[in-house]
Amino acid sequence: MSENGMFESARRDPAKKAKSSADRTQLQTVLLRFSRHRPAMISLFVLVLIVLFAFIGPFFWMWDHTVYREIPSNQPPSGTHPLGTSAAGHDVLGQLMRGAQQTLKVAFTVSLVSTAVGSLWGATAGYYGGRVDAFMMRIVDIFLIVPLLVAAAAIAGNSGAGTNWTAIALIIAIFAWASIARVVRGVVLSLREQEFVEAARASGASAPWIILRHLLPNAAGPIIVAATLLVAVAILAEAGMSFLGLGIQLPDISLGQMIGSARTAVSTRPWLFYPPGVLLVLICLTINFIGDGLRDALDPRQSMVRR
Amino acid sequence: MLVYTMRRLLGAIPVLLLASVLTFVMIDVTGDPLADIRMAQPPPTEAVLQQAEERLYLDRSMPERYWLWMTGIGGNGDIGLLQGEFGPSTQGPHYDIGANIAERLWTTLRLVGAAMVFALGLAIITGVISALRQYSKLDYTLTFIGFLALAMPTFWFAGIMQAAGVKFNLMVGEQVFATIGDGRFRAQGEPLWDQFLNAFAHMALPTIVLMLISFASWSRYQRTSMLEVMNSDYVRLARAKGLRNHTVIRRHALRTALIPLTTVVALGVAGVIDGAILTEVVFQWRGLGDFFITAVDNNDSFALMGWLLLSGTLVILANLIADLLYAVLDPRIRYE
Repeated sequence: MSENGMFESARRDPAKKAKSSADRTQLQTVLLRFSRHRPAMISLFVLVLIVLFAFIGPFFWMWDHTVYREIPSNQPPSGTHPLGTSAAGHDVLGQLMRGAQQTLKVAFTVSLVSTAVGSLWGATAGYYGGRVDAFMMRIVDIFLIVPLLVAAAAIAGNSGAGTNWTAIALIIAIFAWASIARVVRGVVLSLREQEFVEAARASGASAPWIILRHLLPNAAGPIIVAATLLVAVAILAEAGMSFLGLGIQLPDISLGQMIGSARTAVSTRPWLFYPPGVLLVLICLTINFIGDGLRDALDPRQSMVRR
Repeated sequence: MLVYTMRRLLGAIPVLLLASVLTFVMIDVTGDPLADIRMAQPPPTEAVLQQAEERLYLDRSMPERYWLWMTGIGGNGDIGLLQGEFGPSTQGPHYDIGANIAERLWTTLRLVGAAMVFALGLAIITGVISALRQYSKLDYTLTFIGFLALAMPTFWFAGIMQAAGVKFNLMVGEQVFATIGDGRFRAQGEPLWDQFLNAFAHMALPTIVLMLISFASWSRYQRTSMLEVMNSDYVRLARAKGLRNHTVIRRHALRTALIPLTTVVALGVAGVIDGAILTEVVFQWRGLGDFFITAVDNNDSFALMGWLLLSGTLVILANLIADLLYAVLDPRIRYE
C-alpha cells in the first residue's frame, strides 16, 4: 500500500480521524484494529507456527518424506515415530512437514499470481468502463463458468504436471484469477468516480499511472482480503486435485495427496488419515479468520470498537 | 421478462462458445490422447497408430478439429455437437460419450439437487437465527461451525462420514447407511417402499457431505443480509406500527433478505459440481464424477470437452435462474 493511498483515504473519512489519535498513520490504525480482533490474532499465531513447522521443522527432524528401509511399515504412533509410519515405510511426521510445505507453497504462489493478474485486469476494466469493460468482463465470465477444481484437474491430469509444484500452482492460478478481477473491478468502478481520480486526470496523468498509483492502492483493502481468502481456496483446490491423483504426486507429497492415499485406512490406520486432514483444516481455518480480521481492520466504515 | 430471458440465453451462447474454445485449446495443447497406445507393450505398429490418429481426428489441425467437434461437417458422423454427437473416445469405438453422460447425469443431479436444497434451507434458518441473536453464544457457535465447514476439504469429511457410517451400521447390527455405491442396481419388481429406503440409505451420507460446503458460506451471507435488513427503516416502521415480531421478520425482513442469497447460490453451483466429483469418488458413485476421472485417466479429450460444456451450461443456467428469481422476490426489479 503506498503512502499516497493511505493519506487520501484517511482524509476522506473524518470519522476515522476523530477516533485515532492525530499522530497515528493509517497503517498503525489498521494494525491496531487487527490486533484487537482476537480470533484473527490467535489464527495468525497458529498459522506462523504451522509455517515454521513446515519450513523449519524438516531441519530438526531426522526423517524426511521419502521411504527408508529401516522404517518399519504400518506402525501406530510411538516414541520413535510420533505419528506412526506408512505401509511403504514413510515416517508420517516427516511426510506431514513436507506435505504442509508443498501445500503452502502452492497456495501462496496461486494467491500471489492470481491477485497480481486479477487486480490489474479488474482495475483496467473498471477504469475504462464501457465496451472495454464489457469485453474484459466477458472473458472473466468464461473463466468463472468452468468449475475451478475440475478444470485445473483436467489440465494437470492431461499434461502430467504431477511432481512439479510450480506447474500445479500455475494451472490453478489460470482458473482462479477471475474472481479477484471481479472484486477489484467492482471497487474501481466506484473509485474512479471520485474527485482525486479526476484531479489526477486533470493534471495529465496517464491511464496506467492512475490505475497503478491511485486506483489499486485505494482498492488495497478488498484486494488484500480477497488474496487472503484465495489462499484457502487454492489449498482446497490443490488438495482436491491431489486427492484425485491429479495434483502433486509421489515421490513428492502434499497434504491432499496424503489424505488421498490414506482414504481406505480411515478406521484401520487412522494415524495416516487424520493428521494431514486436521492440519489442512487448521491452515484454512486460520486463514479465513485472518481474512475476516483484515476485512474489519481495513474497512474504514467499521467502528473501532468491535463487538 | 420473456424477452429478457431470451436475450440472456442468446448472450450465454458466445460465452459458452469462447469457453469451449479455451478449454479445447488447453486440453489439446496439454494432453496426448494417444499416450496409452504409444506406451503399450509390445510397441504399436505404425499402422495401428495411424488408424487411431484417424479415428480421433488427430490427423487434422487443431482449428479443423474444433470445427469438426462443433459442427461435424466433414466428419465421419461420429462427431459434431450440433448433431448431438460428442466425438470419438479414446476408450474405443464403442464407447459413446453422449450416452454415457446422459446415463450418469441423473445420478449426479440427484445428489447435487438434494444437497443444494437442504443446504439452502438450513443456511436460511441458521443465517436468520444467527442474525436475530447477533453476538450471542449461539451466534458465535454457528459462526465457528460455518468457518470450520468452509475449511474442511470435502473428501476428508466424506472419508470421516463414511467411516462413521460403517461404525454406526456395525453398532446397530443393520445396514442403515449404504457407504458404497449409488444404489442404482437393484432387483426388479421391488416394492416402492423398499426402493425408497434403498435410495435414502445410499443418498444420506453423500448428501450431508456435499451439503456442508455450500451451507457454510450461504449461511454467512444470509446472516449479513438479514442483519442489514433488520436495521433498515421499513423494518423499524413495521415494528413501530405494532406488528408482531415474527410477522415483521417473516413478512417484511426475510423476504428482502433472501434476495442477495440467490446470486451467491447461483455462483456456488460451480463449487457444488466440484464437490460432487470428490464426494462421488469417496462413495464410489457412478455419476459424472466417475465419468470425469475416467476421461482424465484415458486422455479422452472429447469426453472432457463434453463434461466441461455440460457443467458450464449448468452454471450459466443457474445464474439465469437466479436473475429471474430476483424479479420474483423483489417486485421493484423489472426486466424490460
